[in-house]
Amino acid sequence: MAEARIPTVIADELHIVYRVNGAKTGRGSATAALSRILKRGSDDSARGVRKVHAVRGVSFTAYRGEAIGLIGSNGSGKSTLLRAIAGLLPAESGKVYTDGQPSLLGVNAALMNDLTGERNVILGGLAMGMSREQIKERYQGIVDFSGINEKGDFITLPMRTYSSGMAARLRFSIAAAKDHDVLMIDEALATGDRKFQKRSEARIRELRKEAGTVFLVSHNNKSIRDTCDRVLWLERGELRMDGRTEDVLKEYEKFTGK
Amino acid sequence: MSDRPSPDEGLSPAELAAKYGLAVSGARPGLGEYIAQLWGRRHFILAFSQAKLTAQYSQAKLGQLWQVATPLLNALVYFLIFGLILKADRGMGREVYIPFLVTGVFVFTFTQSSVMAGVRAVSGNLGLVRALHFPRASLPISFSLQQLQQLLFSMIVLFTVAVAFGSYPRLSWLLILPILALQFLFNTGLAMIMARMGSKTPDLAQLMPFVMRTWMYASGVMFSIPVMLAEHPEWIGDVLQWNPAAIYMDLMRFALIDGYGSENLPPHVWAVAGGWAALVALGGFVYFWKAEERYGRG
Repeated sequence: MAEARIPTVIADELHIVYRVNGAKTGRGSATAALSRILKRGSDDSARGVRKVHAVRGVSFTAYRGEAIGLIGSNGSGKSTLLRAIAGLLPAESGKVYTDGQPSLLGVNAALMNDLTGERNVILGGLAMGMSREQIKERYQGIVDFSGINEKGDFITLPMRTYSSGMAARLRFSIAAAKDHDVLMIDEALATGDRKFQKRSEARIRELRKEAGTVFLVSHNNKSIRDTCDRVLWLERGELRMDGRTEDVLKEYEKFTGK
Repeated sequence: MSDRPSPDEGLSPAELAAKYGLAVSGARPGLGEYIAQLWGRRHFILAFSQAKLTAQYSQAKLGQLWQVATPLLNALVYFLIFGLILKADRGMGREVYIPFLVTGVFVFTFTQSSVMAGVRAVSGNLGLVRALHFPRASLPISFSLQQLQQLLFSMIVLFTVAVAFGSYPRLSWLLILPILALQFLFNTGLAMIMARMGSKTPDLAQLMPFVMRTWMYASGVMFSIPVMLAEHPEWIGDVLQWNPAAIYMDLMRFALIDGYGSENLPPHVWAVAGGWAALVALGGFVYFWKAEERYGRG
């Protein structure tokens, strides 16, 4: 009972604000833009910069060995919160403390559609911070896992020739090839056909074993139940509930009227 | 999970973090550590620049042939307008003027495209910045590296033009290597400065083409500055000649073209070339690093 629980992620009154240029009046006219520049010295709202307060004062502590689900309706700030934990989005106020470098499962942005799958595997691996040797070692594993070559030699074709399902599978395979201290997964389980989903769920469980702490964003309550033992429920950027998976999901399902 | 008693009860988050040695996520590393991280990502930087370069022409039927064809066509257009129609050579002689012009265009394009890529290095790759961890300076450096590789293709054209107009390979061609190295340092520094400014003010992407064009016309890409400004006060010509773009262009011409001797170079030209490179590269790097934790804010 009294085993020492080691915290891996601590969020302390975290606020995240996005700023959108020129969305204040809805008029993108030249005069509006000019007056915005001229009013530079004054505060943001006068300059027509609209603020979107995506995460409002969220605090929690995550411990080693936990798998934490993040739920909430669209636009409730789940993905933003993950990015802030990963240190990818600067906080407006408040702080996130982490043990090691949390990483987001996803390399989509580093991949290029005009390059072959082969080169994308290497590029994606390097982008995630793997060494060339590590990539070489795992290359075959990544390709086999994605199942890209099951229907012919597709890995040497540019990614733009892939079907959307194939591309998503390759992306997941690249992203899941690395080991992480704190792993964050943003709805990655919904890609590919049934067979691939099974395989990726198994891989997630494997990653969970290796990683200290796992965060999972999903709209699929079943996959949350299957993988998580604690759930954070975000609504309008605020932490509405934090507790055991069953308790939170029961409330959440009541809330969404399911 | 509050049903379990915890020995850490009553600690504030900051104290708890300190107790278990947790660090603030997304904090800016020190300069030394930053350089070490950047060095650790060198393979990514190189692979990213090569990938960008390849992706550029991968849909074209002629494919990578455009790497050489684009600069060649560029040189042809400038030759047509400034060589044949405007006759901007001012008594330089065709066998000097054509390589002079082509060298100018290529060397300036190298700086120009590095600056333009730099402006969008962070603001155009927000998806990447918000998804993965890496020292953000990787982006402007990678884009400058892409331009350097692009320039190496242009050099094939440049050598052909030089030889076609009677400047044959000689020992001074070896000077091209240090010149390119210095210009690359200068460009990278400039790209990092532009990347930070562009991440805060994306409007720069609209403004910079005009700034760059003004710079191009002021740097003597298609004319010799001392000859063109002969009737004006001397200091104007001096200032124009000491600007980094003109310095690197003139050095490259001096190295490459037979009939373009050292009398065309301003005094202390190597010191100036090195000074610009060191100043802008170091200054740009520190300036970029100072905002490291803020890149990616929407």
